[in-house]
Amino acid sequence: MRSYFVRRVLGAIPLLIGISLVSFIFLHVMPGGPDALLARNSRMSAEQLAKVRRSLGLDQPLPVQYARWFTNILRGDFGLSFTQFRPVSQIIGERIPHTLRLVIPAIVLSIALALVAGIASAVWRYSLADHIISGLSFLGLAMPVFWFGLMLQLLFSVQLGWLPSADMTSGDGGLVASAKHLVMPVTTLAIGTVAGWSRYVRASTLEVFRQDFVRTARAKGLAERLVITRHALRNALIPFVTVVAMDIPFFLSGAVVTETIFSWPGLGRLFFDALRARDYPVLMGLLVYAAILIVVFNIIADLLYAWLDPRIKYR
Amino acid sequence: MLHTFGSTEQQLQPAPAIGYAGLIWRRFIAHRLAVAGTILLGMFVLLAIFAPLLSPYSPSEPDLFNQLAPPSLQHPLGTDPLGRDVLTRLLYGARVSLAVGVLSSLISVVIGVVVGAVAGYYGGRVDDALMRLVDLLLAFPAIFLLLILFATIQRSLAIVILFLGLFGWLYLARVVRGEILSLRERDFITAARALGASHRQLIARHLVPNVTGAIIVTFTLDVAINMLAEGTLSFLGFGVPDSTPTWGNMLNGAASYYTRAPLLTIAPGLAITLAVLAVNFIGDGLRDALDPRG
Repeated sequence: MRSYFVRRVLGAIPLLIGISLVSFIFLHVMPGGPDALLARNSRMSAEQLAKVRRSLGLDQPLPVQYARWFTNILRGDFGLSFTQFRPVSQIIGERIPHTLRLVIPAIVLSIALALVAGIASAVWRYSLADHIISGLSFLGLAMPVFWFGLMLQLLFSVQLGWLPSADMTSGDGGLVASAKHLVMPVTTLAIGTVAGWSRYVRASTLEVFRQDFVRTARAKGLAERLVITRHALRNALIPFVTVVAMDIPFFLSGAVVTETIFSWPGLGRLFFDALRARDYPVLMGLLVYAAILIVVFNIIADLLYAWLDPRIKYR
Repeated sequence: MLHTFGSTEQQLQPAPAIGYAGLIWRRFIAHRLAVAGTILLGMFVLLAIFAPLLSPYSPSEPDLFNQLAPPSLQHPLGTDPLGRDVLTRLLYGARVSLAVGVLSSLISVVIGVVVGAVAGYYGGRVDDALMRLVDLLLAFPAIFLLLILFATIQRSLAIVILFLGLFGWLYLARVVRGEILSLRERDFITAARALGASHRQLIARHLVPNVTGAIIVTFTLDVAINMLAEGTLSFLGFGVPDSTPTWGNMLNGAASYYTRAPLLTIAPGLAITLAVLAVNFIGDGLRDALDPRG
């Protein structure tokens, strides 16, 4: 197991270098990159421009810029924001707790709902409950996430006036007020994943139900409830665990839309604001951060799978 | 493989031979949701095509004496902040949404099939290099890359279609590669090779046609994904330029008029949802119809 872990991590190093290279090229070689942005600023004289470019290192050849940027990243230094003139790592660091306050409840909610809905629709296959759950999953997959968020706002904030539509700092800061602020963004963030995951849980549970050991368990007269909980689910949920691990980083891309709609000051909103201001160092920092999360959670998913399923040999 | 399957089916049912396409068609129309999806999508296509005949209004010409008009006989869904008829803009938006979904997915299919087939057929270093590239690109959330790209370059409808297509082939490439990797060891490939088929013939005439089912299903799901992506990008203000009415564009800024004109928010989102739902139903029906084990 340990050697598998080590090899998996070492194997990710070329990938991480590739990620940094793609991010760098993507943001520097495009028309309208950082250079073009500076050149467009007409308030700067040619002399000032040259000075700024020198201080930002933009006058160096691209490979040199890349090498410098890459070694800086390794030290956790993502450079200075073009708009806030502060270290990008500091800005990102400030936003992480806010995003986690949305993402963690959203993940928990998604897992809980997906398990309940998926298992129920597999156990009572083709029942009314299954049809309703399947219908809702189809709807959840077809609805644009941002529109679902807008509909929640329209219904619960504007029409009914029950929940605040934005600005998490409003209210008295108590537990109830904070919870009220969380309800809609968390639900919005969870909706797409719940739909996909519950379909997945349903399919993998049905798959296990067809297998011989389940038939054996039933044949020996085990109560149906125990067949399901002891034998079927434990096996059905192994692949689900890895799916969850692989999907977790994508809550961050979901956060871009959700946080924008609900004016939530997390990483997603930071990305959107940086996009509008074309704050390249911030964008690059977030891009690399998201890519690293994806790679890390892929490794976690593989390790979990190997650990949970004794049939998998990790060589 | 496809033909053997068709013929066993014929042995089981002595009824008139229907052939492979006929069999798929029968299974598809037996799938109720798929038929419903086809009808729904067909309606969207007709509405999109005949938009100029169905509406007397221009989708883009502002009418400043008629801003945010409530629903009426003249304007069944009311007008937007610039006085444009919402229903008209929805009809024209269907054109963009469908075009983006289908065209960008076509681009993805071409790239995905070529990359997947080449990687699966040649194997070895070619395969390694191409699959590492796919791994690398999959490590980025596509929406981040697209947003950064569209915030930077001059956007147009064609550009949005092109780049959605360029970013959407990764999954299909993996699927096609996997299938071809196992197919190329089969006897019919050995036979074709023995008959002197070139690499190109083997790939294009013998291997890829046997993956058609997987390609069609992935293509359909891609159409849905790309329609949603266009909606999201345009809603955030980094998709198709404002001058073209799209469902996503119509939603951009609609939230400011929640109380005065809630339909501005409700209608375009409902249109996206229904269209994507229709496409997903069709995809589901095709998957079931094309699955030889079904």
